[in-house]
Amino acid sequence: MSALSTAFTKALNPYKGRGESEQIQLAVIDRSMRGPALLFLISAVLWLLAGTVFALMAAIKSHTPEFMAESAFWTFGRVRSAHLNAMIYGWSNNVIFAVGLWLMARLCRAPIRHGGLLYAAGVFWNIAVTVGIYGILAGDMTSVEWIEMPPNVVPLLTLSYALIAVWGIVSFRYRRGEHVYVSQWYILGALFWFPWLYFVSQTMIIFAPARGVIQPITNWWFAHNVLGLWMTPMGLAAAYYLIPKVLGKPIHSYYLSILGFWSLALFYNWAGVHHLIGGPIPVWLQTAGIVGSVMMVIPVIVTAVNHHLTVVGEHSAVWKSPTLRFVVFGAMSYTLVSLIGSTMSLRDVNEITHFTHFTVGHAHHGVYAFFTMIMFGAIYFMLPRLIYREWPSATLIRIHFWCCAIGIGVMLVGLHVGGWIQGMQLNAVTEDGVPVYTFLEVMQNTRPWLMSRSFSGILLTIGHLAFAINFAWILLRVQPGPEASGPTLLQGESVGGGK
Amino acid sequence: MKNLPLLFLGIFFCIAFSWTGIVLSSHVQLGALEPATEQYVNPNTGDAITGVMASVEKEDGSSIQVEGVPAPGETLHPQAPVGLAQQGKQVYISLGCMYCHSQQVRHEGFGNDIARNWGLRGSVARDYVLQDRVLLGTMRTGPDLAAVGNRLFDAAGRDWHHSHLWDPTITSPGSLMPSFRFLYEVRPVGSKPDKLVVNIPNGHPSAPPPGYEVVPTAEGEALVEYLLSLRVDYSLPEAQLPE
Repeated sequence: MSALSTAFTKALNPYKGRGESEQIQLAVIDRSMRGPALLFLISAVLWLLAGTVFALMAAIKSHTPEFMAESAFWTFGRVRSAHLNAMIYGWSNNVIFAVGLWLMARLCRAPIRHGGLLYAAGVFWNIAVTVGIYGILAGDMTSVEWIEMPPNVVPLLTLSYALIAVWGIVSFRYRRGEHVYVSQWYILGALFWFPWLYFVSQTMIIFAPARGVIQPITNWWFAHNVLGLWMTPMGLAAAYYLIPKVLGKPIHSYYLSILGFWSLALFYNWAGVHHLIGGPIPVWLQTAGIVGSVMMVIPVIVTAVNHHLTVVGEHSAVWKSPTLRFVVFGAMSYTLVSLIGSTMSLRDVNEITHFTHFTVGHAHHGVYAFFTMIMFGAIYFMLPRLIYREWPSATLIRIHFWCCAIGIGVMLVGLHVGGWIQGMQLNAVTEDGVPVYTFLEVMQNTRPWLMSRSFSGILLTIGHLAFAINFAWILLRVQPGPEASGPTLLQGESVGGGK
Repeated sequence: MKNLPLLFLGIFFCIAFSWTGIVLSSHVQLGALEPATEQYVNPNTGDAITGVMASVEKEDGSSIQVEGVPAPGETLHPQAPVGLAQQGKQVYISLGCMYCHSQQVRHEGFGNDIARNWGLRGSVARDYVLQDRVLLGTMRTGPDLAAVGNRLFDAAGRDWHHSHLWDPTITSPGSLMPSFRFLYEVRPVGSKPDKLVVNIPNGHPSAPPPGYEVVPTAEGEALVEYLLSLRVDYSLPEAQLPE
């Protein structure tokens, strides 16, 4: 890194050389976000638990189909969709609203004014998601992937989203100071991208359906971009903020972060069509999707360099800080999942992995091992600063981390290996062109791997319960404990870095 | 990048670019796709042509490529789904069948779909133009259903589907598909109205008690009609059935 860029990074890093007045400023901002952020976080944690229950049910059903098969309400197709929507629109969006808006307000040094509107919008958002998920289970599902909730909740979701997201933009508009940090671009971009994607897909698939296969094309442009242009930028924004913040050192390279942002914005957009490779859509479109997916290597490598080189040499700090332990796990997962994703888009690989549990594993690699783990880290950082209390139990944090890390690890190995075998066996033919395995044999062979997923689900449930208990505990505890002297760490001493 | 309008323009450009490239241009290419006869004819000469494009001679002797037209008087494919089958599709949608069953046959040479007898030919965009909701699917925990009506049809197919939905292990031992017995009703033998009775082998664990029979509800009947209607047994100008 050149001397110039070092100077640049230092100059642009808003966390350096903070005096007392800035501490007060931040406290005012935190205070202004406190109520709305708590509303979103509590909703997020409740949705996480609900989504976990749906996930366990779906996982068990996948290898033991007789499990809860008595009523249509709990049939597999509905429960797995309830799981997905609870995790995306319940857990992810709520945690994004809390963390994204709070980061935006902090980085813009602009307190949220009129937070009352945020409360109302947050309540309406969660009512809409609740009604929507009930609708899925009750039989009003659309069967369009990632927008399964019945159309009657869409207006309320859209309106409450607008009333929530506008505060991020207002914060940016009234920001103080010259510097705009990379996290702010990611949050701003995501706040604009999500409604566009949602509006276009709802219109072209549900309200004024486009002709034939234009629907699935629009569907995958949308669904992949919810991960790529909504959850990923928010996850990266949090990582870009938290890694340097907790370590008390600037991000590795400012220039790389610009390149990473614009290449992600340009290429991720195009990647979604890789979900339809080999399908009845124009071949040039599939090729465009593959090119977009492979080009994603650029932003991924750039972001990896930036995150991982910032962390290099600070491993003991990372290990001690609950925030960093989760965030760095997420950042490492991002690198890995993205490179696997680019590989999966290649036709020869896709021929095997398409239509198998490999893809399911890959989806959890992105949404869970990357996005959700970073958001856990962000909550560990954010909540003590909002309510001036420390996390009551380091043991519960440790349980949370290990159950989730091992749990998701087991799931990823199970689904990737099981899915790969499934794909190879589906495609295997004898010299005469006859399939080697019957379809039933292939499905039977996936059972042990699906059982390993249920086992991983139990671990994840334990982790989430530990997190929820700690979360309720920190909120409900009235008396300040001895922890008031310093942050809760996972090993003895304290870690450097800002408040 | 400190300027909100400029940053916004960049953000807008990126999504507008992919929307134009992926969604809008596929609309331009496929938005006017219509059902077709098995072969197109040359619009000038009326001769049958291979594929979609016909060569038409201009006055100056040069020739240009134009799209062929349906052969007059012949049947157009695909045909619009009607009646009970269309209601059955709503049941299929509401139960989330597409999360385990795709409806797209990959072409010969890419995957094993044709060898598994999931279709006579690969699916093409025109196969879907009359569907109000397109359920391509992305997962195959169960077999592809794009052309399940080619394999299971008429009375035997109807019986098979009902037994299979009541308890998949009757027709497919070891299947991972759940039972859809909530689409059925257990009633005393001989109750009215007369309905098709689900065929369950004697002594099977899911057989009803003696003196009782299993009949489909209206939803169950509709769902099976939908499955029977999923036939792709026609050629299109761009996708001929193998000889």
